[in-house]
Amino acid sequence: MSELNEHRASRLHGLWAMTNRELKKWYKAPVIFTLSIVQPIIWMGLLGKAMNIGALFGGSSFTQSIMSPSIVAQFENVLANYGMPAANIPGFLANSNGISSVFSGLGNVVLLKFFNTTSYFSFMAVGVIAFTALFTTAFSGMSVVWDRRLGFLNKALSTPVSRGVIIFSKVLSATFRSMFQAGIVILIAILFGLQFGAAFNPVYVLGVFAILFLICVGLSSMFIAITIRSTRIETPMAVMNLITLPLMFASNAFFPTSIMPDWLKTVASYNPMTYATDAVRQLLIYNTIDWRNVGTDFAYVGIFAVVVATIGILLSWRYLSK
Amino acid sequence: MSEEIIKAEGLTKVFNHSLVAVDHVNFEIKRGEIYGFLGPNGAGKTTTINMLITILKPTEGKASVLGYDILKQNNDVRNVIGVVPQEYTADEDLTGLENILLCADMYGIPRKVAKERAVDLLKLVELTEFKDKRVETFSGGMRRRLELACGLINRPKVLFLDEPTLGLDVQTRTATWNYIRTLKKEFGMTLFMTTHYLEEADTLCDRVAIIDHGKIVVVGTPEDLKHSLGGDIITIGIKEDVDVSELISKVENVKEVKKENGTYRIKAEYGEITAPLIIETLREKGYTVAKLSLTEPTLNEVYLEYTGKSLRDAEESREAFASQRMTMRRARA
Repeated sequence: MSELNEHRASRLHGLWAMTNRELKKWYKAPVIFTLSIVQPIIWMGLLGKAMNIGALFGGSSFTQSIMSPSIVAQFENVLANYGMPAANIPGFLANSNGISSVFSGLGNVVLLKFFNTTSYFSFMAVGVIAFTALFTTAFSGMSVVWDRRLGFLNKALSTPVSRGVIIFSKVLSATFRSMFQAGIVILIAILFGLQFGAAFNPVYVLGVFAILFLICVGLSSMFIAITIRSTRIETPMAVMNLITLPLMFASNAFFPTSIMPDWLKTVASYNPMTYATDAVRQLLIYNTIDWRNVGTDFAYVGIFAVVVATIGILLSWRYLSK
Repeated sequence: MSEEIIKAEGLTKVFNHSLVAVDHVNFEIKRGEIYGFLGPNGAGKTTTINMLITILKPTEGKASVLGYDILKQNNDVRNVIGVVPQEYTADEDLTGLENILLCADMYGIPRKVAKERAVDLLKLVELTEFKDKRVETFSGGMRRRLELACGLINRPKVLFLDEPTLGLDVQTRTATWNYIRTLKKEFGMTLFMTTHYLEEADTLCDRVAIIDHGKIVVVGTPEDLKHSLGGDIITIGIKEDVDVSELISKVENVKEVKKENGTYRIKAEYGEITAPLIIETLREKGYTVAKLSLTEPTLNEVYLEYTGKSLRDAEESREAFASQRMTMRRARA
């Protein structure tokens, strides 16, 4: 037992072990694991179905709420008085269904123009995927603080495991968790009626996970980098509260940037969430995929991930030990 | 390789440019010895350990462990040392075995080797039957033993123990001492430990350094330290109401005589020889000895002598600290 430690491993040794340590806290705890599956379902239901803005533009909303049969009849009378029988208007059959289909067509044009898809739910579903990725990674800063407070961090620092690995294992575990949850979100979205775009190919799902991987690595590195020195659990929580919602709403996740005010549009155009969400939308639900945009999305999010992860690792060399 | 396993020269740590936690300490630790830092809360013990185990950068001075510089060759140092921290750092959500294997992975030990070692270590710390239980369910003593096993997974040359028995009950404390003695005897390991328990320093350590306000005030074997006080304490009382201090102080080996509440507190070397001499001298002059006791000095007296205060108060604040930490752990669980 007095032999020297003869195993001098690579710079990356311990990465999987430490990542798996974090993951075990999740998949070995039934309650937490179940909640992490239920949570996306709730968000999907609330954001995608309950707050269905798309319905405002759909034909059914016009017929049900505005176009009562009597109004339709009056409308037809008015048209007839001006010598324009309703039957002459394209698509206008002489009943309320006709009107409905016109408005429905109009609604689809609006949806297509602003949301790039006729299915508002599909638009939102992708937003929820981004939302899931953001909120799951936002917690990654907390575990660094816990490890510091409970002494595990000091123990890890006294072993030859590299400082970068300590931090990157946190990044990776948060990334795996959010990718898993995003996968669940996609499955649930399909069950709830996500409409794939005409250009969709099942292989693109790999692309979706690739961009999610990049954005999650970037985001969790960012949250860890911000809280790397803090010793109080309140700090990462405050940071989370401060950053997540602005990051969410100053992006195209829930709302198309084309109808944002200019200043917000500018902010959104720097927000990596915008690019990640755009890539997922292009790959999943758009009828025509603009590959050049997808390329830009990947490049932007990729650079974001590499830069922030590098900053995180550099900070870990400097600030993990005092 | 030199016989000095650890060598510190002018090691200093200043926090926030003002708080001097460790103040130019020099010490050498020889191969195979158990070296103890004894001192109260905030004396700089843990700060010193943290610098030696490379998780804290010294402000000034240098130190080496097994010849490796703690700053320039910190990764070499990390490879050859084992650390048993003050806190219970094992992951509560993992089992005992999983924790040991996690430590092994942090040292880059191949899984097959790690599993073999884990079996041996679990046997050593008597946790084999609990290896698949989550650490959450472990008692304080079991956690401490698990920390010990984790600290040994890389077969370290030097083991650092920071307050190894803090917050443990007497039986568990004694058991832990036995593990530590086994490590020294069977594996020829060098151990550096901090403690604030005088008894622990006395029975366990080959050499003790008393540290106070970031400075080492005295170093020596517990025996030497006690001797350095000038020997034993003899307490004598006589029936007659006269001051015999001068008479007593003339007896051979007597170093100091103090009269306190009618009794004489005598500091003398070789108390067991000197006490009869004193009695004889007194009797020759016709005095009657009414009371006599002989105490060998404990480390507490040594401590008192060099730091000017008792360790008892410090001990209490430590216990409070330990219980506070326990609360925090519960809060998390």
